[in-house]
Amino acid sequence: MAAAIRTVVGGATVQTGKVKLDIPPLVENGNSVPMTVSVASPMTANDYVKSIHVFNEKNPQPNLGNFYLGPRAGRAQVSTRVRLADSQKITAIAHFSDGSFWSVTAEVVVTLAACTEEVI
Amino acid sequence: MTAALINVPKKAKSGDVIEIKTLMSHVMETGYRRTTSGGVVPRDIITSFTCRFNGEEIFRADLFPATAANPFISFFTVATKSGKFDFEWIGDNGFSESASASITVE
Repeated sequence: MAAAIRTVVGGATVQTGKVKLDIPPLVENGNSVPMTVSVASPMTANDYVKSIHVFNEKNPQPNLGNFYLGPRAGRAQVSTRVRLADSQKITAIAHFSDGSFWSVTAEVVVTLAACTEEVI
Repeated sequence: MTAALINVPKKAKSGDVIEIKTLMSHVMETGYRRTTSGGVVPRDIITSFTCRFNGEEIFRADLFPATAANPFISFFTVATKSGKFDFEWIGDNGFSESASASITVE
């Protein structure tokens, strides 16, 4: 996860805050977990969120999704459904138009993991 | 008949922030699952989703095997004028689907 985050943020420091990650803390089925990321931003032409990147710790791949917005999004919020292979930490990072990065981390407990079942 | 479900308000006032919801039917096979005989089920996912308004890109997403089957994506935009939203999904094995929706802005 740390390496994947570095490919996005480069050498910039990632500050904590401004980002909100809505994901159930206890998930029964990791195959489809609803997730909403919202970022506190006025979303004006000069001050907006360029992109939102979501990472995980223990899936086979560290990325959950990259979302590219623009100033005309009006509200910096995206929702989707993801797969989680294990109980783990999820980190969402927002890239602001001024070049700064803000993040939030949430912990999720998964009772039935995705990806593990066999195809018959 | 495409496999996409799209929810865009038909009408909006200029300046309103509107939510767009999209659902594409797709297995999103991760490429990490195995059959009982031990073979890997090859990856088959949607890798990219794009939304354009009157030809201008307003939202784009990179998807990964970690996206659940039948990818659901919702996002926001500002209603500025009447026009057409075009949605495009691109994936493995030449998968390509598109859909569109119109909006009237008063």
